[in-house]
Amino acid sequence: MTKSYNFLLAGVGGQGTILASNVLAEVALVAGFDVKKSEVHGMAQRGGSVNTHVRWDAERVYSPLIGLGEADFLLAFEEAEALRYAEYLRPGGVAVVNEHTIKPITVTSGGAHYPTEEELRTVYDQSTDLLYMVPGTDIAQELGNARAANVVLLGALSIFLDVPVETWLQVIKARVPPKYVVVNRQAFLKGRQAANRQRPPSHTSPPGTVRRPA
Amino acid sequence: MKQLLSGNEAVARGAWEAGVAVASAYPGTPSTEILENFARFPNVYAEWAPNEKVAVDAAVGAAYAGRRALAAMKHVGVNVAADSIFYASMTGLEAGLVIISADDPSMHSSQNEQDNRRYAKFARLPCLEPSDSQEAKNLVAAALDLSEQFDTPVFLRLTTRLCHSSTPVELGEQRPGPPAYEKFPRNPAKYVMVPNNARKKHPVIEARLRRLAEFAEAFPYNRIEWGARNLGIATCGVAYQYAREVFPDASILRLGMTYPLPAKLVHEFAAGVERLIVIEELDPFLEEEIKLMGVECEGKSIFPTCGEFNPRVVRESAIEAGLLPKSAHVPLAEVEDMPEVPPRPPVLCPGCPHRSVFYVLHKHKVPVTGDIGCYTLGLLPPLSAIHTCGCMGAGIGVAHGAAKAGIGERMVAVIGDSTFFHTGMPALANVAYNQSNVITIILDNRTTAMTGHQQNPGTGHTLQMQETPPLELEPLVRALGIKRVKTVRAYDVKAVDETLKEFLKADGPSVLIVRDECALLPSARKKWLPLKVIADKCNGCTMCLRIGCPAILKSDELDEKTQRPKALIDPLLCTGCGICAQVCPRDAILAKPKG
Repeated sequence: MTKSYNFLLAGVGGQGTILASNVLAEVALVAGFDVKKSEVHGMAQRGGSVNTHVRWDAERVYSPLIGLGEADFLLAFEEAEALRYAEYLRPGGVAVVNEHTIKPITVTSGGAHYPTEEELRTVYDQSTDLLYMVPGTDIAQELGNARAANVVLLGALSIFLDVPVETWLQVIKARVPPKYVVVNRQAFLKGRQAANRQRPPSHTSPPGTVRRPA
Repeated sequence: MKQLLSGNEAVARGAWEAGVAVASAYPGTPSTEILENFARFPNVYAEWAPNEKVAVDAAVGAAYAGRRALAAMKHVGVNVAADSIFYASMTGLEAGLVIISADDPSMHSSQNEQDNRRYAKFARLPCLEPSDSQEAKNLVAAALDLSEQFDTPVFLRLTTRLCHSSTPVELGEQRPGPPAYEKFPRNPAKYVMVPNNARKKHPVIEARLRRLAEFAEAFPYNRIEWGARNLGIATCGVAYQYAREVFPDASILRLGMTYPLPAKLVHEFAAGVERLIVIEELDPFLEEEIKLMGVECEGKSIFPTCGEFNPRVVRESAIEAGLLPKSAHVPLAEVEDMPEVPPRPPVLCPGCPHRSVFYVLHKHKVPVTGDIGCYTLGLLPPLSAIHTCGCMGAGIGVAHGAAKAGIGERMVAVIGDSTFFHTGMPALANVAYNQSNVITIILDNRTTAMTGHQQNPGTGHTLQMQETPPLELEPLVRALGIKRVKTVRAYDVKAVDETLKEFLKADGPSVLIVRDECALLPSARKKWLPLKVIADKCNGCTMCLRIGCPAILKSDELDEKTQRPKALIDPLLCTGCGICAQVCPRDAILAKPKG
């Protein structure tokens, strides 16, 4: 048994997807995993779709990219982005989705349709039995900084990973500007609480995965 | 403890540790962060050059003067720099010189996916290719040693995935490079490539290549990882990682030097396995080289030529070719009723100063030859105002040619400030010299925006943030021979519109400089002040939506008469540029007082 985790992070430019993936990768390194992180964002400017791949392995990570159907965790900061990358989630994988929508310009001034809540839920439910909807942006806003939603979601994700809370907080502290350390610490802990409240009794241990046979 | 570094950060670190003293580059995704990171190390000189050719010449000059040097660029930048790379291959140098090419499989941010390993072969240069950040750092040092040992520039070929992936790296100490010579070398036989000297040099270069191939046999980054003998995989770069992941038990020939290849090592590997395949992104470069040795192998008959690889691409291609059983297929969740996910393409940002120009060009329905930069996004609806875009600096020349061919419309070229300095100037000189009827619009947003706000000759600052005299566009354009030149504010829609009308009526070459700084620059952000729609005045006419600003939305409130949704401005996105307020026919958008 080799402990390995594949994470697909998806969001919209400006939501802090890159910062979240930096924290997630750094935590792995501190916790003694081999790790690779890859940013896939092309020409994305403010408002474009951004996704990053992070892989942890107790022994060794080779590919910096995850293939479709190979993510153990999908961490989505926006609901349509969760839909866009749902195919990456492996059967049995966990989706942690921010309850937040940002309508792209193709919807606001073009003819494209933004999926309804029902359409979104139908796809999420078919993609995973382990869906965690987290009001990350609302929680962050209550804490006084909507931009900390990314760290709320990291907090929610953290309940599945065998890493001490202090390690997360230490890395977050090193990665955010000093004046935002307190709000991000609170954001992380609130995210943990939110996910723990939703956790069904059947979903107990971290889903450590076996490396797939070739 | 190890540190997580991106490939670009690792290259910068490796260059500093290995004593590189001078680095020059033109920004280009995915290579840009190499110079940005290198520039932060103590006691180094790092600069943005106006283009890649100038960057290579600068690095060559430093290497002639006895100091270790590098030039970095994206793959298509090598096309611009090719002339210089070829003479540098002929002359050699005094101290190590590395030329870094960052290729872009899948064209995340490029116009083509050319495979620049072909340049290494073309110019008779050794080519090194790392497969993770640690190897990237190590190979920079190896490249510099190789450069000095064989008196040749060395090509370091990266790809987007290497540049933009972070992997753990063991940091080392700096070993300072050699100091600059007191006197510049006077060695015409070596450095003056007149035909008589060049003819003598060519056989030396060919002999150098043979010695390099011999060296490659024992180069520690070319190695065989023996595993099961039924399948052998020759691979390089990030493709090694996919190969190892998908075929954990196979034998692998991992090549850190992809030109010239070590023939004996390849033969030994081929003899040791039953079936030899090549896993490489883009061109069948290794495959062709191996086949030229008379060794049978399969590559592009199994794996794609187009696009970036990932484990799935490699695995599915291998299953298709019978290299893996069907059971290796990774199943996907079956999703019914998948709704269309709305595209979220890159767009001109809220407050972008280019928006007014494209709004006006769209209105006048003129043919527009574009160029490379954020403003290429002017091609997207609803602005839809760019009709060609080929490469850096092409737009003005294409407009000139179309005009000289006698096209029945007035040609307009648009080009950014940094791109104009890069390769636009000679093209504009041609317009002036040969007097074509082209209207050139220089979009001067005071930065190199697309690659993340790098300085350029017009900004008044260097890469290392020294103040420097800014290159002024209007006198420059006049000096090139253009008589009709006007500068207007980008946020003044009327001024842009009326000047364009005036130029369309006049005959002969004209240049319109449209200036306002990029709305995302820190100095511009300080002035952001969101606007508001006065709902009572708005009747939902959609004029403001036709400027394609992401900050303007349709509200839920309908106008009583027209039954169309009224406009709404997202205060979190709006910068207050005021372009929408100027196009609104009912004065329904409250503009801030213009300072």
